[in-house]
Amino acid sequence: MKQRWEIGVAIFGTLLLVWSHYTGLFVAPPEAMMGDVGRILYAHVPTAWVGLLTYLVAFVAAIGALATGKAAWDAMVEATVEVGLLLNVLLLIQGSLWAKPTWGVYWTWDPRLTTCAIMVVAFGVVLAIRRQIDEPMRRLTLSSVATIIAFVNVPIVYMSVKWWKTLHQPYSSPETVDSAMVTPLRVAAFGMLFLSTGFVVRRWRIARTALERDFDAPDLPAESAPLAVEDSP
Amino acid sequence: MRTVVDVLWKDVLIEWRARARTVALLSFAYTMLLLFAFAIGPDAAALRHHAGAYLWMGMLLCSSLLLDRTMRTEFEAGAIQSLLLVPVSSSGLFYGKALANTLQLWLVGAASVPMVFVVCGASLTESAVSLVATLGLGAAGLAAPGTLYAAMTARLSGRQLLLPLMLFPLVVPVVVAAVKSTSLVMLGDPMEQMGSWLVLLGCFNLVYWSLCGILFGRVIEA
Repeated sequence: MKQRWEIGVAIFGTLLLVWSHYTGLFVAPPEAMMGDVGRILYAHVPTAWVGLLTYLVAFVAAIGALATGKAAWDAMVEATVEVGLLLNVLLLIQGSLWAKPTWGVYWTWDPRLTTCAIMVVAFGVVLAIRRQIDEPMRRLTLSSVATIIAFVNVPIVYMSVKWWKTLHQPYSSPETVDSAMVTPLRVAAFGMLFLSTGFVVRRWRIARTALERDFDAPDLPAESAPLAVEDSP
Repeated sequence: MRTVVDVLWKDVLIEWRARARTVALLSFAYTMLLLFAFAIGPDAAALRHHAGAYLWMGMLLCSSLLLDRTMRTEFEAGAIQSLLLVPVSSSGLFYGKALANTLQLWLVGAASVPMVFVVCGASLTESAVSLVATLGLGAAGLAAPGTLYAAMTARLSGRQLLLPLMLFPLVVPVVVAAVKSTSLVMLGDPMEQMGSWLVLLGCFNLVYWSLCGILFGRVIEA
């Protein structure tokens, strides 16, 4: 029971998301320029914030894994990269759904969109490396290094709207939206944070159990001797 | 510093003794340039406009072949273990190998420029020094993360797929900045934007060369 607090956190996060999305859809005023299409803000912006935050935790966990070589940190890398990737893909889908009525296309090679798509591939590669390597310590080292390098993309994604000419609007925050939109936006952000925390902790427990078993397993000999076949009389 | 120079010299010597491989790589770059030109067709204006992009696409494709080859040489017959037993510091090894890869990529780029001029009808409208600097910074931006990733994938079964899969997304900002800068050299720079693209290339190099230098030791130990 003690180990299931994350389920409660995830349920609490879901309730916050339900309330904030209801308020965002039916109570808050429509966005001044985009009208009802702008209501995707309550889903899209929290997904982006929490997605980048999850990658930040993955980066810290990767440094922890390299420094300590412990399965618990390695499991955190696996959990955060998986959840971060899920949020990242969700972010691209939400962005495409919003782009069609706003820009007239589902996808355009805008710097923010392109850097977000690159981030999916960069962190997807971390999972690909993890599936390629069986030896636990080697897997820990190489996937942690790949995570640290992939994290270089995160500040680029964040700053892309400032560095390059872009169709995407600049950073959204409670300061950049009307006061009537602030509360549902904040609650949605906390809802997404709690839900993702629940996912990460749950995934971390599962991964840690599997990885600790891998780390504790004795090394097998490189080549086994062929079985002797006795001639029958 | 001595280690860096020694490793660099070793790699240059290996490549000099296997010159046929470098010629093959250059032939590959030329073939890529021709294919890009064929794909666009006989539109002289479009070819000239995109000449910088073709040059860097050729460089990018060559980089994955080159990086895989130079790192595989180290892992064949346990050469890297012998190097580390000398002992050679892992950071010295990284910077030596990355510099050797930069040099080779720069040479491929420099040798491809005349081909780009011929095939795409491009020409220099700005100083040749700017083109040399762009090629150098761009090649360095590909070589640093490429050397690290080549070391990571050298002993994996799907390395020929994994290396470009890991490297290409990571170096997109380098390629974008290098293409912009090269296009400005070839098409003209009336707004004086080249400096900012070169600074951006320099910043990416600073991040990649320092970060990859720190992490290379852990990759080699693994």
